[in-house]
Amino acid sequence: MKNLNWRGNALKFCNVAGLPILEPFVRLIAGEDVKEQFKGIVKFVVLPVVAVAVFIGLWSLAARTVVSDSVKLPNPTETWNAGTELFAMHAKDRAKDRAKKREKTFEAVSLIAEAKRSEQLASTASGKEKETLLANASTLKQRAVQAANYKPSSAPTFVDQIVTSLKTVFVGFAIATLIAVPVGVLCGMNPWFNAALNPFIQVFKPVSPLAWLPLAGLVIVWAYADANPDDTLVPKSFLVSAITVSLCSLWPTLVNTTLGVASVDKDYMNVAAVLKLSWWQTLFKIILPASLPLMFAGLRISLGVGWMVLIAADMLSQNPGLGKFVWDEFQGNGTLAYARIAFSILIIGGIGLVLDRIMICLRNLVSFGNPAAA
Amino acid sequence: MSVAVLDRTDAAAIQLGVPKATSPEPLISLSNVCKGYGSGVTRNEVLTNINLNLRSGEFLAIVGFSGSGKTTLMKLLAGLEVADSGQVTMENEVITGPSQERGMVFQNYSLLPWLTVRGNISLSVDRVFRHWTKSERRDHVEKFIEMVGLGFAAHRRPHELSGGMRQRVSLARTLAMKPKVLLLDEPLSALDALTRSTLQEEILKIWEEERQTCLMITNDVDEAILVADRIVPLNPGPRASLGPAFTVKLERPRNKTELNHNPTFKALRNAVTNYLVSVRQKSRDEEAMASEAPPIILPDLKPKDLALPRGPYRSP
Repeated sequence: MKNLNWRGNALKFCNVAGLPILEPFVRLIAGEDVKEQFKGIVKFVVLPVVAVAVFIGLWSLAARTVVSDSVKLPNPTETWNAGTELFAMHAKDRAKDRAKKREKTFEAVSLIAEAKRSEQLASTASGKEKETLLANASTLKQRAVQAANYKPSSAPTFVDQIVTSLKTVFVGFAIATLIAVPVGVLCGMNPWFNAALNPFIQVFKPVSPLAWLPLAGLVIVWAYADANPDDTLVPKSFLVSAITVSLCSLWPTLVNTTLGVASVDKDYMNVAAVLKLSWWQTLFKIILPASLPLMFAGLRISLGVGWMVLIAADMLSQNPGLGKFVWDEFQGNGTLAYARIAFSILIIGGIGLVLDRIMICLRNLVSFGNPAAA
Repeated sequence: MSVAVLDRTDAAAIQLGVPKATSPEPLISLSNVCKGYGSGVTRNEVLTNINLNLRSGEFLAIVGFSGSGKTTLMKLLAGLEVADSGQVTMENEVITGPSQERGMVFQNYSLLPWLTVRGNISLSVDRVFRHWTKSERRDHVEKFIEMVGLGFAAHRRPHELSGGMRQRVSLARTLAMKPKVLLLDEPLSALDALTRSTLQEEILKIWEEERQTCLMITNDVDEAILVADRIVPLNPGPRASLGPAFTVKLERPRNKTELNHNPTFKALRNAVTNYLVSVRQKSRDEEAMASEAPPIILPDLKPKDLALPRGPYRSP
C-alpha cells in the first residue's frame, strides 16, 4: 500500500510538473511492465536525443556551406567553445573583482587601525597637535568608509546580462500582471465594462513592442526629467525595457482572465447564490479560484511573449541584457561574434523553456483534476 | 385530458385526484405559476399554471420526461428564477430570491473542485452558522461527513471521487445547512444503476432519521415510488403543467427488493407510467396537429410489373 502511494505521488508530480519524460522511469522503478515502459523511454528520451543529434549534424553541414569571404556560420563546436569561454570570462572577472574587493576591505581595516592610533595619540597630546591628529583621524576614517564601500565596476559579463534580462522581464511581467488581472476580473464580471474596454484591447493587442518603445521611453524621460541620473533607483534603459515588456505581455493575461471570469460555471454561481455569499466572498471564494486555470494559461502566454519581446526591447533601449549582448556582438563582427550570438540564442531558448515549464507547473497546481498537456 | 387507464387492483393504495383539502398549512405553495424564456417571436413558455402544495414533513416526488421543465420548476422553488406570473410562497411569504432555508442538491453535484470534501461542506456550514464557534462548526462538518460515510475521503478533492461519492458530498453539504426544505434536482440521474440504488436507500435512510420536508425531481418512476409520500407527474412541455397527484401508501421503511413483489407497488408503477405515456402521446399528437408544415404527399406510383427484366440491359 505504501509502495503504491509512493508511485502515485511520483506520477502525480510528473503530471503536475509537466515532466512526462520522468514517467516511464518512475513506472520502471515501481516494477511495471518493462516493454511498455521501454516504449515510453524511446518516445520521450531516445527519440529527442536522436532528433538533436540529427539537428547538430545538419547544422555542421550548413556551417560548412554558408561561408563567405569575411564571415561564416559558426559550427556547433565553435558555438560551444564560445559559450564556455563566455562563462570562463565571467568566472575570471568575478575572481578579479573579489580580489580587488578583498584588497579594498583590507585597506579599509588598516585605515581604521591607523585612525584609532591617531586618536589615541590625540588623547595624550594637547593644543594644536591634538587638533591635527584628530583631523587626520577623521580623514582616515572617511577614506576607510570609501574603501569599504568599494563596488567593482568592471563591464557586465554574459552572466550579468542574463541576470539583468531576467530582472527586466520579471519587473515587466509583474507590472503587466498587476494591471491585467484586476482589469480582466472587472471585464469578466461586468459585460458593460468589457464592452467599453474591448476596442482598446482589440486595437492595442496586435501592436509590436518596437512601436511601443519610443512612447515608453518618452514617458520615462518625462518621469525622470528632474532626477539626477546618479540617484535614480533603476536605470532609465531598464525601465524602458520593462515597460515595453509589460505593454506587450498585458494582453494575453487580460483576455484570458476576462474569459476565465466570464465563463465560471453557472452551477458554482448558483451555489454562491443559495449560500447568499457577499460580493467579495463570491469573488474570492468562487470566481477567482474557478478562473485560476485560465488566468494562469494567460500568464504563461504573457511570460512567453514578454521574454520574446524583451530581447528586441533590450536591443533598442540599450538595456544591458541579452538583447544588447546580441546587438553588441553583431556590431563586433567576426566568426567569434557570430558563435557568441548562436550560443546566446540557445541560452535565450533554454531560459524561455524553463520559464514556460514553471508557468505550466503553476497552472497545473491550480487546475484540479484537469492538468494541461505539457 | 385523457386519464390513464388504471389497473385498480388495490384501489385503496392509489388515490388519484386533487390533494386533500384538509391538509395542514403547506410549507411551500405554488399558485398559478407560469414561467417562460425569451420574448417576442422567440418566446418559449416552459411552465404554465403550476399549482402545488408541499406539506411540512412530506416527501414529494415530481416525475417527468427530460425536457419537460423540471429544472426550471426547481429553480423557481429555490429562488434562482422568478416566476413570470403567479406566486411561489414559503410559509406564506413570497419567495424572491435564494435562501439557506431551501437547500438544493444539484444534478451535476456542483462541488467546487479546488476544495476538499471537508472544504466544500465547511464552506456552507461556515456561512450558514456564522455565530457558532469554530469547534462547533468543525464538529458539525465532521458529523455530516460521517453521515454520508465519507470519513475516509474527507481530505480528497472532487476529481478524486466517484460520481456516487460526489453526490454524497453534495448531499452532505446541503443537509449540513439544516434547511427547512430539501430540494433534490434529479440527484441520481447521472449515476450508474448500481450506485443509484445504493444512494436511493441512503437518501431514504437519512430522510427517515430527520423526516425533513423534501421535494425530489426525478425521471425514474420506481425511484419516486420508493422514496415519496406523494408523486406528482409533470406533463411534457412546452407549456408544461402538473398532473394529478398519486399518493403512495406503502409502509415505511421501504425495502427496494421487497417492493418489487408488492402488488400495490406494481399497480402504482403501472398507473404512473401509463399516465405519463398517455400524456406524452397526447402532447405529441397536439404538436403534430398544431404544426403548420403541410403533410408530405408522396406520389401515387405503382409499378406495372414486378418481375426482373430479362436479358442484357438495353437503352431505349
